[in-house]
Amino acid sequence: MSNFFIDRRKNSKNKSAVNRQRFLRRHRAQIKEAVAERLRKRGITDIEGGEKIGISGKDLTEPVFQHGSGGRNTHVLPGNKEFVRGDQLPRPEGGGGQGAGEGKASNQGEGMDDFVFEISQQEFLDFLFEDMALPNLTKRQLAGNEEFKRVRAGFANQGTPNNIDVLRSMRGASARRLAMTMGKRRQLRQAEAELKTLLTTQDDSFKDRIAELEEKIAGLKRRIDAVPFLDDIDIRYRRHRKEPVPVSKAVMFCLMDVSGSMDQKTKDLAKRFFILLYLFLSRNYDKTEVVFIRHHTTAKEVDEEEFFYSRETGGTVVSSALDLMKAIVEARYPVNEWNIYGAQASDGDNWPEDCGRCIEVLGNDILPLVQYYSYVEISSRGPKPLWESYQQVLQSNPQAFAMQHITGPEDIYPVFRELFGKPLEVA
Amino acid sequence: MSNKPISTTSEWTFELLQEYDDAIAAIADSYRLSTYPNQIEVINSEQMLDAYASSGMPINYHHWSFGKHFISMENSYKRGHMGLAYEIVINSDPCIAYLMEENSMCMQALVIAHASYGHNSFFKNNYLFKTWTDASSIIDYLLFARNFIAQCEERHGVDEVESLLDACHALMNYGVDRYKRPYPLSIQEEQTRQQEREAHLQQQVNELWKTIPVKEAEETTRAHPVFPSEPQENLLYFIEKSAPLLEPWQREVVRIVRKVAQYLYPQRQTKVMNEGWACFWHFTIVNDLYKQGLVDDGFMVEFLQHHTNVIYQPEYDSPYYSGINPYTLGFAMMQDIRRICENPTEEDREWFPDIADSDWLTTLHFAMENFKDDSFILQFLSPKVIRDLKLFTIVDDDQQDHLEVGAIHDEQGYKQVRQDLAASYNLGNIEPNIQISEVDVRGDRSLTLQHCQYNNRPLGDTTEPVMRYLHQLWKFDIKLESITDDEVVQIFHYPPRREEKSGEE
Repeated sequence: MSNFFIDRRKNSKNKSAVNRQRFLRRHRAQIKEAVAERLRKRGITDIEGGEKIGISGKDLTEPVFQHGSGGRNTHVLPGNKEFVRGDQLPRPEGGGGQGAGEGKASNQGEGMDDFVFEISQQEFLDFLFEDMALPNLTKRQLAGNEEFKRVRAGFANQGTPNNIDVLRSMRGASARRLAMTMGKRRQLRQAEAELKTLLTTQDDSFKDRIAELEEKIAGLKRRIDAVPFLDDIDIRYRRHRKEPVPVSKAVMFCLMDVSGSMDQKTKDLAKRFFILLYLFLSRNYDKTEVVFIRHHTTAKEVDEEEFFYSRETGGTVVSSALDLMKAIVEARYPVNEWNIYGAQASDGDNWPEDCGRCIEVLGNDILPLVQYYSYVEISSRGPKPLWESYQQVLQSNPQAFAMQHITGPEDIYPVFRELFGKPLEVA
Repeated sequence: MSNKPISTTSEWTFELLQEYDDAIAAIADSYRLSTYPNQIEVINSEQMLDAYASSGMPINYHHWSFGKHFISMENSYKRGHMGLAYEIVINSDPCIAYLMEENSMCMQALVIAHASYGHNSFFKNNYLFKTWTDASSIIDYLLFARNFIAQCEERHGVDEVESLLDACHALMNYGVDRYKRPYPLSIQEEQTRQQEREAHLQQQVNELWKTIPVKEAEETTRAHPVFPSEPQENLLYFIEKSAPLLEPWQREVVRIVRKVAQYLYPQRQTKVMNEGWACFWHFTIVNDLYKQGLVDDGFMVEFLQHHTNVIYQPEYDSPYYSGINPYTLGFAMMQDIRRICENPTEEDREWFPDIADSDWLTTLHFAMENFKDDSFILQFLSPKVIRDLKLFTIVDDDQQDHLEVGAIHDEQGYKQVRQDLAASYNLGNIEPNIQISEVDVRGDRSLTLQHCQYNNRPLGDTTEPVMRYLHQLWKFDIKLESITDDEVVQIFHYPPRREEKSGEE
């Protein structure tokens, strides 16, 4: 019997990965829409983990020619209990049994209408941030070169045994052997050829010559054999060089107004914006730090919890936060090491006398330090004082500064896209 | 009964698998089961899902629809809606069977008997498989197909190839010659002839569609032959050979889909027989193992439980009912044939005079080799099986207000039930009968198809999307006439005609 058993369990199991990717690719428009939809509806904190995506079943059908309902259909069914021939039954609701198999769909919970499946977090974020780019993205090299990686750098004649390159060594040895024996081999061939012709002549007069040749052949063979197979000079070692690894780091400053005019709903909106920004940055940089600065009339660096949830009252002096941000950058985040991003959220109120100073600090002190600074104004009413003053900053610094207006949660993602949409990078 | 059981625990090892296989092979041999050599592969559940997704093919070209199947399979498996099959078996030489690693020893033995001897011998000996498939070359061909399609994707872009495959898949069921015997596949020939075929095909097409005017005198004398001269049932074949504007590589892709369709064609028509045959043999073989003392009582109890689950048939009014279980029907019929041969009743002698009291093994082999589902049922479904399953017929005629019970499991009904059941397995009835009738070669190059209605059943609402795909391949107008009693009752156009649209509005 030529039967045999194979254990395939160790083989790769992701044979369908390509087909799965093809599926996602084909439906990328719908999936992107679904991703955006999710984002609008739910808190952004839920983004951690995969996401369930529903696609309308209509877009997924693979149509084939089929019979429609109507005509004369005959079904054979098992398990008759009470029927006899000729019994008449009322037609069941819903167009009369479509044949045996088709009742199944409704039992499956999801039904046929929506094809629901899960995408991983990675895929989710890919779809989310597709065709978005970090404006002015630069990978700044860490000055201290703390991290190295060993890279191959050719071969060396000296080294430690663990670095011996066998292939290279053997190649060298082979070449050396060839070169060192070439002349002797040629002589050997000649001698052997001569010996052969002499032996075939059967003439005694060549006896001496034959003996001489035999001795010469033996001597040549000995000398060829004496050439070592592998010599010390053949050994080659792999050489390595240490190379500094550029580490890209980013710090994100979240600035928020917590004065009395900011209610919890507005803060929630701001939070969503910040989290989206954080996710986006952390995908683009090896290391991302976040600094939270809140302000009313004075600014303070706080932790996340306090940033979002503690209540304050009082007036608003925006420039205080900008000053603090500048101070922190100077103290902790050297510009040559860090990519600095600023994001500010506010309801747009400011103490009128402070506006001029804001324009000055932001335009002259902060924008030169940062990669990008974005401002979102969350208010349902028209432009506020801060918006108007920032307009002036925008005019003088269009590449590094962007501002948008948000009214509700559904605006956040589109605005985010607008702020970080690819064209900005081109500009 | 002097034998010692091969194993007494439910853990399996490769050595035990080998021992069971040897014992099963000996029994199978005593029943004259002739099989391809077996290649039995143990895989895990993820790999089983993978295997499911590509319609059980070990290799296949890439396409999003397989990804879709994979995802939906994975979903229902993860949610516990679906258990995985215990095995998948592939009609190839050697015959590849996949066993799940989670199976118990008993399960593995059952599956080996079921797949590697039951299905395997069916693949090797049934006339449909012998005619339509070539087990020795299918793996090579699929490899060729995958490489070719990957090449096309590289050259012409994934999107282009994907939309072409979409169109071909829509017509896949119409890519089979039902009456002509196909040529066997061979990878060498496939490859060497592929280029040749490309050039030749293009030439043929050019000939068909050439627009150089014929001399007037000649034209008048020549009667215009209808093209094609006879209706064509194999739509994909016709497109491959005659579609005016396809590139050579596109014709080759059409051909690949057609070949795969042809390979799958017998499986769709022998579900009942194939499963029935495999169930019959796992049941018979394992019982013989037990009789020889090679398996113990515990094994048998587990075996019977699995077996009963497999052949369970919910009744029509049960919430679990989803059609007649092919395993149940097939197994019942195979068992019944043996009974009729060995212990016929008066009824059997009257219904089956030629097989009653014959040698059961010969008769069973004959039945397996020479029938497909519909003819098998028509020939061998006995009154006893109809009674056991309490089969009855419901007639749903849209001319009537009520459904009617056409026949039940009684003296007057047996023949009718048998006929109706057989008809429900006839692919010719299940799929609308659509053929290409005419191409307007000299005019607008439009393609006309005819649908011959079966029992006045109209075409479903998938007709238009499928016609769109057909149009994508043919690239000129498509017309589909639905015919009943020599009368055209419905006409579909693609692209849709404007006046029809305005009429609907």
